Amino acid sequence: MVPSPTVSGSLRNRLVLALIGGAAVLAILLFFTVRSYAAKVAQQGQDNILVASVASILDAAALREGALEVDIPYAAFSMLSTPSDDRVFYAVFQDGAFMSGYDDLQLSDGPEEEQWTFHTGEVRGERIRQVSARRTLVGLGKQTEIAVALGQTQDALSDTLDQISRNAAYLGLGFFLLTAALSFWVASTTFGQLNRLTMSVTRRGPQDLSPFKKPVPKEMAPLVLSLNSLMGRLDQSLSQSEDFIAEAAHRVRTPLATVRSYAETTLHRVERKENREALRAMVRAIDESSRAAGQLLDHAMITFRADHLEREEIDLVDLTRELVQRLTPIAEMRELSLSLTGEPSVPYSGDPILIQNAVRNMIDNALKYAPADSTVEIDVDTTPGIQITVSDSGPGFPPDEIDMLTRRFERGQNATGTIGSGLGLTIAQDVATAHGGSLVLTNQQKGGACVILSL
Amino acid sequence: MRYLIALILILFPLVGAADDWEDRLIFNEGAKGAHLRVISSTDTVLFAPLIESFVAQYPSISIEYLVSGTADINRRVRATPEAFDVVISSAMDLQLKLANDGFALPVEDVQVPSWAQWHHSLFAFTFEPATIVINRAAFEGQPIPQTRQGLIEALRKRPEEFRGKIGTYDVRQSGLGYLFATQDARASETYWRLMEVIGGLDVRLYCCSGEMINDLADGTIYVAYNVLGSYAEVRTEGKDALEVIFPSDFQTIMMRTAMISEVTQAPEAAEQFIRFLVSQNPATPEGHSPLPFLRSDTDMTERETIGLNPALLTFLDGLKRQKFLSAWENAVIQ
Repeated sequence: MVPSPTVSGSLRNRLVLALIGGAAVLAILLFFTVRSYAAKVAQQGQDNILVASVASILDAAALREGALEVDIPYAAFSMLSTPSDDRVFYAVFQDGAFMSGYDDLQLSDGPEEEQWTFHTGEVRGERIRQVSARRTLVGLGKQTEIAVALGQTQDALSDTLDQISRNAAYLGLGFFLLTAALSFWVASTTFGQLNRLTMSVTRRGPQDLSPFKKPVPKEMAPLVLSLNSLMGRLDQSLSQSEDFIAEAAHRVRTPLATVRSYAETTLHRVERKENREALRAMVRAIDESSRAAGQLLDHAMITFRADHLEREEIDLVDLTRELVQRLTPIAEMRELSLSLTGEPSVPYSGDPILIQNAVRNMIDNALKYAPADSTVEIDVDTTPGIQITVSDSGPGFPPDEIDMLTRRFERGQNATGTIGSGLGLTIAQDVATAHGGSLVLTNQQKGGACVILSL
Repeated sequence: MRYLIALILILFPLVGAADDWEDRLIFNEGAKGAHLRVISSTDTVLFAPLIESFVAQYPSISIEYLVSGTADINRRVRATPEAFDVVISSAMDLQLKLANDGFALPVEDVQVPSWAQWHHSLFAFTFEPATIVINRAAFEGQPIPQTRQGLIEALRKRPEEFRGKIGTYDVRQSGLGYLFATQDARASETYWRLMEVIGGLDVRLYCCSGEMINDLADGTIYVAYNVLGSYAEVRTEGKDALEVIFPSDFQTIMMRTAMISEVTQAPEAAEQFIRFLVSQNPATPEGHSPLPFLRSDTDMTERETIGLNPALLTFLDGLKRQKFLSAWENAVIQ
């Protein structure tokens, strides 16, 4: 198994948190901005009405025969009517002396140059907004100053502000929720690209080292580029080593054949018993080496063919029967018989050379371990899936090693004394994988190994 | 029922009133619960049925009903607010100023249209137009005037017959009279012309609607200007001699208002009383009710009545009032 990488933090979480945090800050900022702006506008509105009212009262003041007359217009107070029925307080002063209205109202003094003085204070236990203004009246030989203070409670204003605050809060919350949902969406689509790349890497076959050609977002291009270059180098070094092995095997096999024929010839010539024994052992060793070299070549060939799988319509039964016929002499040499059972015809689309190679390795393997005078059974069937089963009545696979036996050069512990390279089952497995199938190793209940090639 | 009240009205002054009230009556005396002191400008005869049905509904509450003039009510409440629990008056301006000055206790969620209440503390419950009431006898063979202008013409036509035979409020004494006068003056210049005409005919000045109608009924006067429609309807009942005219040029409509004193001793009972008042329907099951209650279910609108808003403070301003009264005196008292 591949060890899982060390994980520290999550880009997705970081992105979502950053977006949501930003949205929250913006939403709060929005709320306070709208609220303070609305408060300013609402206060301005009240001030404007108060100013208009005071202006109309000042305007209604006149000096008649030396006496001050203030004929407060009906509209002056009428315009102060609010939905919350705010209370109204006013006072009229002449030259600083109280004349009429509410005597607990004070004139507020503002800067000299300003005509209107605004002031927020408390009258009779209520918070009021107050406007004060003055006007100088000139009569016959007399000059007098009239001042008006007008205050209004702020119930309607605070109602309006409450409403605006509520709406601003809803706005902020809505903005936040929308942005949060959006950030989740953005994060998932962004990492969806990464997931898709991961998926396509995972889904690749074990031999597929071709570069990725599907379009990816700009930010992921360097990753894909370096991934492609890594796989290119890997592919190159893999094929180099495969080439090297094939070349080496090929180079070794020919001299081995020569050495074997010399050894055979010499065996016929020598008389002494111990020399003959030594020569026989030499021939056996040479056989084993040449067989290993052959399998290495086979393996290299299979790796190449599996990468460029060419399927053609074949009949698995014909293919197996031909193989069985070819192997029968070898079996008879070991006093074994081969029996072919199953369907009369199983059409399949695959690489005949590869499948033949795999089945031959499976039968070879069975022949090596089957006891004398037994039968190796070969079965070609279509249920549950298309599969070729080779079973013998030998010792079977060691149960604790059954999972490792398909690895390269891995041989069972009971294989000591048997000729073999440890590549046979690996080849069968590679062929099965190349065809999208699998190789299953089991032991039969009645004893003996059973290898199933599912296609 | 009405005879009983009349009897009480006759007998009551004999029992002896401690204060100089126009009328003073205790309903449901001896009840164990709250004691409500209601100061009102509405004559007992009009209000008693209402209080009786209230105490029938709330038997534990006893009510002391004190009647006085609108201006006097305003004075008394300002002087001793703790002496009263509920203040009822027809002078909307004085009531609004009381509420604005902080003499009223706010009550939340009272079922009235927004234009029939102010600051959750002043509640309107009737709808009463100012009317002209005439003695038919004086207009025999003459067209009955339907407008103020018509009245001016009728008076100008026969000045000698009407001399000393016209009555209206003394706006210096009556809060309601002052409210009607100021609203009339705001509505039309005709008001001043009418005042000048009746001033020239030695108008009689009254403190209250009741006295005016009494004098009409016994022929002391022929025409009463700005009499409360509700009073007129009650008094003219069964008297063909009197006719109530709702002037068709413009109507001045007053709403009787009630509020709870800010320093009331019985806030809960007072609140129940206020809710009871505003929930009254003009068509009471017991038949005709003398007070024309507001109906929130009809197309009655704010526009028709004197607005319950701070503008009412305008004519209560000392300088403004002085100016108005001097103009009025110039016109009426010649």
